[in-house]
Amino acid sequence: MTPRQSTLLKWLLAALVLGGLLVLPFLVKNYRVFQFNLVLVYAIAVLGLNLLTGYNGQFSLGHGAFYAIGAYTAATLMDKLGMPYWATLPIAGAVCFGFGLLMGFPALRLGGHYLALATYALALAVPQLLKYKTIEGITGGVQGIVLNKPEPPFSFRFLGQPFNADRWLYIFTLAVALLMFLVAWNLVRGRVGRALIAIRDHPIAATAMGINLPVFKSLTFGVSAAYTGVAGALGAICVAFVSPDSFGVFLSISFLVGVVIGGLASIPGAIFGAIFIQFVPNIADEISKAAPSAIFGAALIGAMYLMPAGVMGMFKGLWARWRLGAAPTPGPR
Amino acid sequence: MKSKAWNFAAIGMAAALFALPAAAQKKYDPGADDKEIKIGQIGPYSGPASAYGTIGKAIGAYLDKVNAEGGVNGRKIKYIATDDGYNPAKTVEMARKLVEEEETLIVFNPLGTPSNTAIQKYMNTKKVPQLFVATGATKWGDPKNFPWTMGWQPTYQAEGKIYAAHILDTKPNAKIAVLMQNDDYGKDYLKGFEDGLGDKAKTMIVAKVTYEVTDPTVDSQMLTLKASGADVFFNITTPKFAAQAIKKAAEIGWKPVHYLNNVSASVSAVMTPAGLENGVGLLTSAYIKDPTDPQWANDKGYKDWVEWMKKYYPSGNLADGFNVYGYNVAQGLVQVLKQCGDNLTRENVMKQAASLDMTLPMLLPGVNVKTGPDDFYPIEREQMSRFDGKTWILFGKVYGR
Repeated sequence: MTPRQSTLLKWLLAALVLGGLLVLPFLVKNYRVFQFNLVLVYAIAVLGLNLLTGYNGQFSLGHGAFYAIGAYTAATLMDKLGMPYWATLPIAGAVCFGFGLLMGFPALRLGGHYLALATYALALAVPQLLKYKTIEGITGGVQGIVLNKPEPPFSFRFLGQPFNADRWLYIFTLAVALLMFLVAWNLVRGRVGRALIAIRDHPIAATAMGINLPVFKSLTFGVSAAYTGVAGALGAICVAFVSPDSFGVFLSISFLVGVVIGGLASIPGAIFGAIFIQFVPNIADEISKAAPSAIFGAALIGAMYLMPAGVMGMFKGLWARWRLGAAPTPGPR
Repeated sequence: MKSKAWNFAAIGMAAALFALPAAAQKKYDPGADDKEIKIGQIGPYSGPASAYGTIGKAIGAYLDKVNAEGGVNGRKIKYIATDDGYNPAKTVEMARKLVEEEETLIVFNPLGTPSNTAIQKYMNTKKVPQLFVATGATKWGDPKNFPWTMGWQPTYQAEGKIYAAHILDTKPNAKIAVLMQNDDYGKDYLKGFEDGLGDKAKTMIVAKVTYEVTDPTVDSQMLTLKASGADVFFNITTPKFAAQAIKKAAEIGWKPVHYLNNVSASVSAVMTPAGLENGVGLLTSAYIKDPTDPQWANDKGYKDWVEWMKKYYPSGNLADGFNVYGYNVAQGLVQVLKQCGDNLTRENVMKQAASLDMTLPMLLPGVNVKTGPDDFYPIEREQMSRFDGKTWILFGKVYGR
């Protein structure tokens, strides 16, 4: 296969996948559309965390907090100021970028496990702070904020299915997700990406090569938080409700699970991670009401045992093996 | 379409009124047919609040018994329980799963105030009953704005009113001090309490102090309340703070008539850490038969409950009041479905749920389930009980409504 053919094939494949993703909501029930929508939302959040953990080697157990901040930013702007839903996304991203940057500073001094603990504290604190009395007027306190689902801007029927609020939101989320993935892809394959990976693999060598460690580390934290914040805002619009209880510590851990299951330092891996954290708990619940968490745990252990490098790691391994088998066997030396 | 459905309803009603019952039109909404009624439920089977998960399991176990005995009006009940892990975002997903995919007739007994808030708008837009929600907040009985949502247990306001009535009965010249958590839950209790006292609320309540959930202790609040010279104390606190308040009152030698909200009436979680001797004489209220209370040992309702537990839910804890809760609320559901007869539409379910008048074997004697078109609060009566250093002892008349 010539390189030209190979590129063509890649574009064709991408177009096919995109087409499939666009038709998908019209093939299933509303409830499934809603679930796929959540998968896309989680994929953005997992991607954000993967930029930080997979590419830059900084651990965070607190990304649920940024998700919550993004969600509340969107919900408050829509509820109190009547802002259109799409306009809240960049603001949620910017707010979370600011918070992420702030969190990035202590992260400079804390490495590895210590950073994980510091961010864990953030995940614990945010749901409680959201209930705090002085900001109750804005956050709605324990009761949270109920939102209206955005109506589609136009209506048509496709495959006998109406283009309704859920399907419109899915397409909207898909567009945002594509944009976010494209940006992340551009970010990591260039100079910045190499710097991030260099910092992860050998910080001292990276500094010696002239990479400004503090700037890169805190910016990565900021960008990562911004991704998760945008996901939070989309999540709030999609679920049409926010409350402190929606953003417990378990959410942060789920994101980390998503990163590891999908594959560290892999952009498409985020999608598989998101599929895992969205669907496996539901399957676990259907298998056993008595111990859903135990089933989820077993699935997690099984996944890590079968795919130690995540879903993308497994794909890469299979691909490498296939290439090896397809290639002409090298002659004896 | 709508008017056609109404016509059918009218014909159905007319037939029910004037003809033999057998001639009544069979009517179904999604989730019901000649053989089966699908009931969805959402509860925290995993996560931090999974102690409540046993309620959903008890409901399922009771419906197993109903099915084993032939079902309701010849139809078996298919019970679909889902897990939201006490996460409101997940509750929305589960409600949609039940309504749109499983197509259940109703969503029954979803648990938690935030969880129910998250789905209330959705359920009412979809016109699917959100029946007998498991929360004590007062906002669930609002048939004008949310005709598809109905509560179950006594609300915080109703309980506050009961304490007010008891004070007016026993100590009409009381000087009352109130300690309350500064959130919706605390405000709900206080509103009921003040409504119950009526015009005298302003003069009788001499001190009102709040605390935040984030506060480390309520020690300073207790000193302020003691200094007010009050001789009655209404303690609206969650378990941790309730234990602190009871202990502190004993330490500073303040001995008012002490009313403790039912939220914190747990012996193991509150009374023991507060010091059992410090809690003697405290008052609270109850509406279900406490399975650990020896006075019910020979009660038929209790015996039936134990027999059912042993046969249908052997892994359940016989000392857990939540299993009584599940049993009661499932009996409420079965009664609603019985009353629906062959008209198993969602509209009729709400109509029948709003015309209940019954007692249940595991509710305290005198406590009933009563609803009406404007009354979406099924249980509103409670009886006072007093702590004797070991357990809560019921006394006096049944209050409420």
